[in-house]
Amino acid sequence: MGGRERLLLLALMAPAAIVFAAFFLLPLARLFVIGGTGPTGWSAYLAIVTDARYFRSLVSTVLLSASVTAATLVISGIAGVFLERNRFRGRALVTAMLTLPLAFPGVVIGFMVIMLAGRQGLIPEITDALFNERLVFAYSMAGLFMGYVYFSIPRTILTVMASAEKLDPRLEEAARSLGARPWRVVADVIVPGLKPAFISAGAICFATAMGAFGTAFTLATRINVLPMVIYTEFTLQANLVMASALSFVLGAITWAALALARSFAGSSVAAAG
Amino acid sequence: MTRRRHSGWFWAQLAFTLLVCAFLIVPVGMSMLAGVTKNYFIGIQSGVTLEWVVKVWTDYRHTIFLSIKIALACLACTLLIGVPAAYVLARTQNAFTRTIEELLVMPIAVPGLATALALIVTYGTFGGFRRSWLFILVGHVLFTLPFMVRSVLAVLSSIDLRTLEEGARSLGASFSQRFFGIVLPNCRSGIVAGSLMVVTLSLGEFNMTLLLHTPLTQTLPVGLADTYASLRLEVGSAYTLIFFVIIIPLLIALQWASTPRAAQRPPSDDADFDVRSPPQPAQPSHRAAPAHVRS
Repeated sequence: MGGRERLLLLALMAPAAIVFAAFFLLPLARLFVIGGTGPTGWSAYLAIVTDARYFRSLVSTVLLSASVTAATLVISGIAGVFLERNRFRGRALVTAMLTLPLAFPGVVIGFMVIMLAGRQGLIPEITDALFNERLVFAYSMAGLFMGYVYFSIPRTILTVMASAEKLDPRLEEAARSLGARPWRVVADVIVPGLKPAFISAGAICFATAMGAFGTAFTLATRINVLPMVIYTEFTLQANLVMASALSFVLGAITWAALALARSFAGSSVAAAG
Repeated sequence: MTRRRHSGWFWAQLAFTLLVCAFLIVPVGMSMLAGVTKNYFIGIQSGVTLEWVVKVWTDYRHTIFLSIKIALACLACTLLIGVPAAYVLARTQNAFTRTIEELLVMPIAVPGLATALALIVTYGTFGGFRRSWLFILVGHVLFTLPFMVRSVLAVLSSIDLRTLEEGARSLGASFSQRFFGIVLPNCRSGIVAGSLMVVTLSLGEFNMTLLLHTPLTQTLPVGLADTYASLRLEVGSAYTLIFFVIIIPLLIALQWASTPRAAQRPPSDDADFDVRSPPQPAQPSHRAAPAHVRS
């Protein structure tokens, strides 16, 4: 590659690099600095573990994200392997429907949860008919859990299907012919084979759930997850310093989760939003 | 494949998969229906009406127009800066460009709330900029740029770009002739998929936009959150219905665009290889590097 060619390539890269540096790297650095300018100085960054209120919300956000990840991987694992293994009429339609909500915004997903489990929702109707009691759980942690599983399924199912395609069915045949029960085949052959997909899809699930905001915003401002706390600090308390410190820590956590997964599962992990 | 009777195991898994499908699709249908129901508390038997849709259209259509304007501007920006960047990343594979690639994906890994706060603490004091829709646009470009870059990069990495370009250059094609004549036509499928993704994501972006918007720059998702919080269910549903009418065709197009081209077209099809201005270059290397194979 000649010097002129190199210069041209540099010129083609420049616009993206400038926009990125000016509107992402610089602001993020500024956010970090502002997080340390409060009355407590840099120890604002420790408040997330020393202040009981912030720590509680950190713990509940991590627990919520971890359980959403686990539930999503089980659901997408079963449905994804099934769809990859079996050919039947309507299979393409089912796959399309499972991935349709891929880019639904969090607010809309919150509304979907209200449709299902809200005051006038479907689930309360069903439980009313069956048990004479209206089970309304949309406006709580359980509703949030449901919403997060809702938006995580479309993000993971394609990864699982792509990975299941590469599994060798002969390994399962062999295990079965050696007398392994179905659940042993799942535990010893299928799950280990899908592990890289589970790690990468799981990391995306976890990171997305940690940083998700729209769903909680629609359902209730009382739900004490970290993004909601940051929003409250910023708007209601006008505590810019604390909001900055907390959101920087949150960003570091989600970024680290994805980076960690990438180092485990190889370079194929794409953060898919 | 031999036809065999399905076991109980099959039916159990099918039932589970259909249940998951219902979980995702039923509320979409319910909210669409609620948007045209006279009184949702009574049910659809109260009558079908467009009253709510009309009300949303009168009160909130400015949010829809603004969102479309931002999405299209965002698309233009990501095309202008993202496609050249992807090309450079595909051409030069070294530690430095890998770091850049890694960095460019960061706005997806970092929650929108944090990015928006960072933009506000840095540029919030520039009053005119802060109040204009360009402030929202900046956030959307940051968030969607990685999708465009990755989508184009995936296609460019799957073809033998070097051979194609060498061939063109040996025949005297200039840099811009190669870029517009060979590179762009060959990564068209990546550009289409990336563009659909960018528009879809920009139209639905909320996490950043909630902090970046002002009362005069309300976007569609921000308006949605507003109606969910304060107005009756039918209005929220009607608004959601309008949003679905816009977004679902895009999502279906996206699914279509991301299915492997090889399955849709015979491999002998040369249509993807239209080298427009310099008609001579690189024909021999085409066979070695089919342009339309995507992973």
